Amino acid sequence: MKLELKGITKKFGTLVANDHIDLMVEPGKVHTLLGENGAGKSTLMNVLYGLYQPTEGQILVDGKPVSFGGPGDAMAAGIGMVHQHFMLVPVFTVAENIALGNEATKAGGLLNLDETRAKIRRISDEYGFDVDPDALVEDLPVGVQQRAEIIKALVRDAEVLILDEPTAVLTPKETDELLAIMRQLKADGKAIVFISHKLREVKAVSDIITVIRRGKVVGDADPDAPAAELASLMVGRSVSLALEKAPAQPGEVTFRIKDLTVTAANGQRAVDGVSLQIARGEILAVAGVQGNGQTELTEAILGLQDHVAGSITLDGEELVGRKVKDIINSGVGFVPEDRSVEGLVGAFSVAENLVLNRYDQAPFAKGLAMNPARVAENAAQRIAEFDVRTQSAAAAAGTLSGGNQQKVVMARELSRPLKLFIASQPTRGVDVGSIEFLHRRIVAERDHGTPVMIVSTELDEVLDLADRIAVLYRGRLMGIVPGNTSRDTLGLMMAGMSAEDAETTQTDAAQPDAAGTDSAGGDK
Amino acid sequence: MSTMTATVPDQAGSMGTVRNWKTPIILSVLAVFALVVFALGAPANSVTFRLSDPSDAVVLTDLVLSAPVTGWICAVLMLAAAVLSILEVRAGRRVPGWLVAVFSVLFVVGFLTWVVGSARTPNVALYGLLAGSVTLAVPLIFGSLSGVLCERSGVVNIAIEGQLLFGAFAAAVAGSLSGSALVGLLAAAVAGVLVSLVLAVFSIKYIVNQVIVGVVLNVLVSGLTGFLFSTVLSADADTWNSPPRLPVLPIPFLSEIPVIGPILFRQTIVGYLMYVAVAVIYVGLFYTKWGLRTRAVGEHPKAADTLGVQVNRMRFTNVLLAGVVAGIGGSFFTLVSVSGFGRDMTAGQGYIALAALIFGRWNPIGAFFAALLFGFATNLQYVLSFLGTPVPNEFLAMLPYLVTIFAVAGLVGKSRAPAASGIPYIKG
Repeated sequence: MKLELKGITKKFGTLVANDHIDLMVEPGKVHTLLGENGAGKSTLMNVLYGLYQPTEGQILVDGKPVSFGGPGDAMAAGIGMVHQHFMLVPVFTVAENIALGNEATKAGGLLNLDETRAKIRRISDEYGFDVDPDALVEDLPVGVQQRAEIIKALVRDAEVLILDEPTAVLTPKETDELLAIMRQLKADGKAIVFISHKLREVKAVSDIITVIRRGKVVGDADPDAPAAELASLMVGRSVSLALEKAPAQPGEVTFRIKDLTVTAANGQRAVDGVSLQIARGEILAVAGVQGNGQTELTEAILGLQDHVAGSITLDGEELVGRKVKDIINSGVGFVPEDRSVEGLVGAFSVAENLVLNRYDQAPFAKGLAMNPARVAENAAQRIAEFDVRTQSAAAAAGTLSGGNQQKVVMARELSRPLKLFIASQPTRGVDVGSIEFLHRRIVAERDHGTPVMIVSTELDEVLDLADRIAVLYRGRLMGIVPGNTSRDTLGLMMAGMSAEDAETTQTDAAQPDAAGTDSAGGDK
Repeated sequence: MSTMTATVPDQAGSMGTVRNWKTPIILSVLAVFALVVFALGAPANSVTFRLSDPSDAVVLTDLVLSAPVTGWICAVLMLAAAVLSILEVRAGRRVPGWLVAVFSVLFVVGFLTWVVGSARTPNVALYGLLAGSVTLAVPLIFGSLSGVLCERSGVVNIAIEGQLLFGAFAAAVAGSLSGSALVGLLAAAVAGVLVSLVLAVFSIKYIVNQVIVGVVLNVLVSGLTGFLFSTVLSADADTWNSPPRLPVLPIPFLSEIPVIGPILFRQTIVGYLMYVAVAVIYVGLFYTKWGLRTRAVGEHPKAADTLGVQVNRMRFTNVLLAGVVAGIGGSFFTLVSVSGFGRDMTAGQGYIALAALIFGRWNPIGAFFAALLFGFATNLQYVLSFLGTPVPNEFLAMLPYLVTIFAVAGLVGKSRAPAASGIPYIKG
């Protein structure tokens, strides 16, 4: 099946998300849409999938114009989509999720889930998916959930499969598996539209790359082109992918975690006997797949978790058991993982958000009264210093783009003398240009002599920033390794192998340039 | 491709211990209360529980218990259960559900023995108490089912009270005018749908806050029916407010079973419809295409939408269907319970039905049993005030509501509402 988009334009009010986009997708090819967050890739795909109606333009299937009133029409035309945020009902089983909307029934409208199970097993065997039809989706790891999503499309005989940022939530190993699945689907004659901004994967799997910037097609690129070239096409100016940073000059160790155990409300140990220390002037990156205790670890340091055992000391003072406010006031800067939920108050102005941790202290407050003039003054300085793109300091923080919101959080946390700086997912969903800037600020804080802890699920970011890397798996520390450890070794550790075993496995595999070109190339 | 073994990142980490002392504390306090009141404060006489009506086909002998002995047995067993729950929690385990269930039964037995024993006539018809509970639970069950239908598809239904009241009103008026109780029943269903229609249009189409629409509807129905009652119905009660009652239809054989026969199988058509509704909605929700879509729309509407399910249409029809169910429940007040409409006669039952829905964990069968519990508490209050117990009537009147608060706040545990309940679905 050949799919063609002609002059697709999608406007939301005055915002033009897609501007006359032409695209031709052919069977047996992986067609990549490369673009930054907010470039309009997802909008385009939602138009193609019938979730949005295009303002202008045409969709052609095998040369015939079609119009999709809803996803049902798109599916009937043979288009399947794996959404960035999985469209699975967590409390349903895999079979129920796959049956939904396409239910096989027995007499009287009763569900015939056996038929769905059989279909799942058939596809699962064909592609080696290993998905249990009766497992509850919420109990499954994300990699398996994703396969359930792919099965959902295949059960409906999709000929064109759209994968929207599919690797964002996967471990390196799961990513490799997904790329293999994509190749196999391609060999079966399916057309695959792969949406991504991760150059490594794009280069590995694409047949054609179409670059989208600010809602427009900038042009097609060759998958063999150097990563830096693709990146500059994507961003619209030349970017340096490798972060320049001087070697760390670790000083005295001021931050220590000893035998830290955090028990979640359901009784599971989210963090299990973790011990580590960070010296002044050093960045320790905590790597791991999402949900392996990173959130609980950082929240325990800040005093946000109940049921914490063990010890956390900063400059010799115990932090466990103290109030959050005490801990913040003792000089801990904290960038939470989800800026829109925990980092900012969306309805508050940028200026107010910039003093959220000090609104009740001089010079911003005197007694019961706040001093708006000083708040505004502070906002003007921070906005200039961090290059926050906002209409004004009085604009609601929620109206800013992701990258600029993150700059606001970062500016707030870095605008006072710190004894410890913790940043969770400092650049998640942030455009490439801002990533560069935020990374430089983090390194600057390190060079200023602050112990820095970065938590990231992006291996690229970990390798860029880290002086040492701690890998968490199911709440346990798999080891702390130097910052130049190979990507493959880290991948194994993230899947639960100890540092020593991972090293040995890698040496045995004898991949001569695994560490060299791969990690230092710094693809993002 | 054969080597695709998934890594499991976040499941089944090692278990730590988080001790939850809520249940042991509640059990201990209640056990001590039982010791002081049911055992130490037991009346010296014996208590008679009548198990069957003398006119029944099979007559069972009366159950005669000594109040002090029963009180002591219950109190001691409850203390033991409380101690066991403390030990379980200290060992880092959860208090098992059966322990709480056994404890509850012991408490009820102890309480009944004490309170009946202290009455002027220490003699109660247990069958009557239970049969009354089922009868009183009927409108609650219909109300809860209405809530299940709405909330499972993602619309919060606070308007159950209004649906019941309008159903009761319509049944009375239509029944009186036509002289047929069945016409009244039909009118009740239509009235319920009318309330639902307003709820659906405002909450689904115009995205008004669902709780507010619900509350406003309750006030509206109360005001409207109250106004019509005082201006029209009271003025000419013979024409407007004297509906025929639905006949009781005993089911042959089944209604002859001792104790439970008369309780379950001597009902009016509304009572039998209640059983049918519970079964149909349960099977429908969990075993049919309609149910799968309804639950999907209530949990993750966007996922349903991406699979071609029309979310808002689904919600709309389910809310209307809920109106039918609650409306029929409302007819109970004027066609079964008493013959005639009275101002605000539902008296908050719609809210109790909402509590039963939550206590029953958004499951038709759970809601059924929860409503039975509340029905029991309500009937107990009636029976006890009749027997003349030492507990003041005002306190007895609090009983159903106390049970509601304890049930919903204390014993529900981790029940999860449908994830999208109360959240309007806006496309795109």
